[in-house]
Amino acid sequence: MLRYTLQRLLMVIPTLLGVAVLVFFMLRVVPGDVIEVKLRGDGGTVSQEVIDAERKRFGLDKPLIYQFGDYMYGLAKLDLGISLWTERPVTEEISLRLALSLQVAIMATIFAVLLAIPLGTMAALMRGTWVDYVVRIVTIGGLSIPSFWFGMLIMMALLYYYNWLPPITFTPIHVDPVANLTQLIWPAMAVGYRYCAVVARMIRSSLLEVLNEDYIRTARAKGVFENKVISRHALRNALLPAITVIGIEFAFLIGGLVVTEQVFNLNGIGKLFVQSVSRSDFTLIQGMVMMLAVAYIFVNLIVDLLYAVFDPRIRYGT
Amino acid sequence: MKALFGIAGMLAFALAGATVPADAQQPKRGGTLNFAISAETPNYDCHGSETYATLHFSAPFYSTLVRFNLKKFPDVEGDLASSWTIAPDLMTYTFKLHQNVRFHDGTTLTSTDVKATYDRMRNPPKGVVSPRQATFADIGTIETPDAQTVVFRMKAVNASMIEHFASPWNCIYSAKDIAADPNAPRNKINGTGPFVFGEHVKGSHVTGQRNDNYFKKGLPYLDGFRGVFTLQAAAMLNAVQGGQLLGEFRGISPAERDRLVGAMGDKIRIEESSWTLNLLVAFNVEKKPFDDPRVRRALLMAIDRWGGSAGLSKISTMRSVGGLIRPGSPMATPPEELVKLPGYAKDMTAARAQARKLLQDAGVPNLKFVLHNRNLAQPYTPAGIFLVDQWRQIGVTADHKQFDTAPYIAAMNAGNHEVAIDFSNLFMDDSTLALAKYLSHDRSPQNLSRAIDRELDKLYDDHVRERDIEKRKAMIRAFERRVFEQAYQQPILWWHRIVPTHRIVMGWDMSPSHNLGAQLEGVWLNQ
Repeated sequence: MLRYTLQRLLMVIPTLLGVAVLVFFMLRVVPGDVIEVKLRGDGGTVSQEVIDAERKRFGLDKPLIYQFGDYMYGLAKLDLGISLWTERPVTEEISLRLALSLQVAIMATIFAVLLAIPLGTMAALMRGTWVDYVVRIVTIGGLSIPSFWFGMLIMMALLYYYNWLPPITFTPIHVDPVANLTQLIWPAMAVGYRYCAVVARMIRSSLLEVLNEDYIRTARAKGVFENKVISRHALRNALLPAITVIGIEFAFLIGGLVVTEQVFNLNGIGKLFVQSVSRSDFTLIQGMVMMLAVAYIFVNLIVDLLYAVFDPRIRYGT
Repeated sequence: MKALFGIAGMLAFALAGATVPADAQQPKRGGTLNFAISAETPNYDCHGSETYATLHFSAPFYSTLVRFNLKKFPDVEGDLASSWTIAPDLMTYTFKLHQNVRFHDGTTLTSTDVKATYDRMRNPPKGVVSPRQATFADIGTIETPDAQTVVFRMKAVNASMIEHFASPWNCIYSAKDIAADPNAPRNKINGTGPFVFGEHVKGSHVTGQRNDNYFKKGLPYLDGFRGVFTLQAAAMLNAVQGGQLLGEFRGISPAERDRLVGAMGDKIRIEESSWTLNLLVAFNVEKKPFDDPRVRRALLMAIDRWGGSAGLSKISTMRSVGGLIRPGSPMATPPEELVKLPGYAKDMTAARAQARKLLQDAGVPNLKFVLHNRNLAQPYTPAGIFLVDQWRQIGVTADHKQFDTAPYIAAMNAGNHEVAIDFSNLFMDDSTLALAKYLSHDRSPQNLSRAIDRELDKLYDDHVRERDIEKRKAMIRAFERRVFEQAYQQPILWWHRIVPTHRIVMGWDMSPSHNLGAQLEGVWLNQ
């Protein structure tokens, strides 16, 4: 297991290298840069000399290959550079927003998993009954309704019925847990609903498949109690594909809540992504893509390792 | 009994009537103003910025030498200057400063700080960005005969100099701060303004607390403010409706205004004004067939501005028909003169027939081109759709392409566009500012028609030096006529500013520019 983990960790290096090269050169294909947006985006009347001097200050006048060399040298030192918009370190810009995005992702995951497992299991066990139909309607609703639209409905309902809205600025949970949860529970619910629908449908279908397996019939024939058959034999195996989905969805939520964060005015990674793209802040975009790549890689690794926990037949590195 | 109720009712009404105006006139101290800022400034330096996002963030922390009096716009009033004199030949400006003005770090403001500030703007040290270098190029020397006196001696007359001194971007910095690091104001705030910097949480908000040592006694009224960055209009509207934010001071669209009024009734106050912003259409004269003035003029003549104004003002922030100076302002061309200029006719049948003939004479009766536009819903998209439709009516096909800000600007600066929707963002109505965009491209890179027209340049230079208002007005008219006859660029419509605030927000002054009035020193909460 340890050897397998180390091998996977070593694989991270070429993967990130590939991501870095791709992102760097793809961004440079787009015409225009952050200096023009900063100084002329709001109707500025600055001269070309000022624009050129600013470009020089940020090293944007250098040939692309030199800029790439500087970027890779920085990466080797784990230095993502400075944001071309704010002139602050990229790591500082990201870490400011990461706490919020991570918390929403964790809360949405908890919300989704806690609902999806019982819903998916009930739907599978009571297949063809009204319970199954209700769960199917609820989950199809979750898949069909975009999270941001559901979020807008939540906001409008809070405003219409209670004339109240959650706090508009972020308070860390260790500073004021009530203010923190009051703000983040709603976006977590908005994205958690869709997340829950995906996982519940996955659990339902894989549980239906597992329930037809020989070892389930054998367990029942041996006289094992039905609840143990379900929890120990069926559900444990049915959870394997669901774990993959949970992992991928979690990684997606860290940077993928672009529109939902706008709806709730959350200062998260998704909103930062939109801002940095609209400003052509290349270094910040590169930093965020690298951060998300790392998140996906590590979530996938954790999912693979969890497989071994849930299915003893899987042994890595043997 | 009915009579008794009637008298009681009248008495109650009279009492209410007696108390409400008294409340409205007696400012109350205390409270925090939470308001929306729909964009976030990249840094805190007023001098290096041209976006309102910097002013709505930084202005409450700073003072300027003089400023616009928004109650009597465009009159100028003192801010740090307690008084000033202007020599009759307009070659010397002498400002007397208020006594005992302190920066937030406790040091005393002197004339040296004012000199250092203006030196930084007119001769920026290496690495300092100053878009105002050209504006203050007419200043010859700045003298500081004593700690409370600053004298500006000019190299040449600029009839609008006092208005330029009132620019909201001229935040006064501490001489010692910028001597230690010329770029210190980018990341450090040390002003003499009504509020002391609290915190800036990037992507979230900025806060300020009352400056107890503010040199204007009794001001500000607020304990503090919190400017929340709300980049998405729907989130901002929800927050205003829900009472988390008490206003948005840039401006919203008519549809957004109607939503707030419908939901909040008399709890929301809506103030409206014409706006010192316009969208304009620019023809790149370096591209064929736009090098032919007949083609350009035909395209302008096809646009029904008067009809467009009626329709577009319902769905967008565009409204007023105007020339190069904001309609309704003292130097603007009145409508009865405007209709005589190319592109402003009211008889559209005749104008379009003439436009078709011009295109035929130029040999391009079925002209096709790309209309280069910015990918912003308000008001670029409706403006683009409007133009495409207007040109379709004379047989012209415009392919409307919208781009994100960076490629939009890059393509225009490189001269790759054929026809573009551009915009003019001013903070005052002064003609030296408004006409600068139309100067020859080698003098004014923001002229996206890329035309070189020395006649226009001469008219502009003459009008800058002209002190007689009537002669100056005539020069502005001549300049405007020349621009429209040559049809390089032309405003489509001027914007209309709509500002929503909760009824409890008092003392904030509406103006035609979202760049003004951001200091918040007179704002108070009636609660």
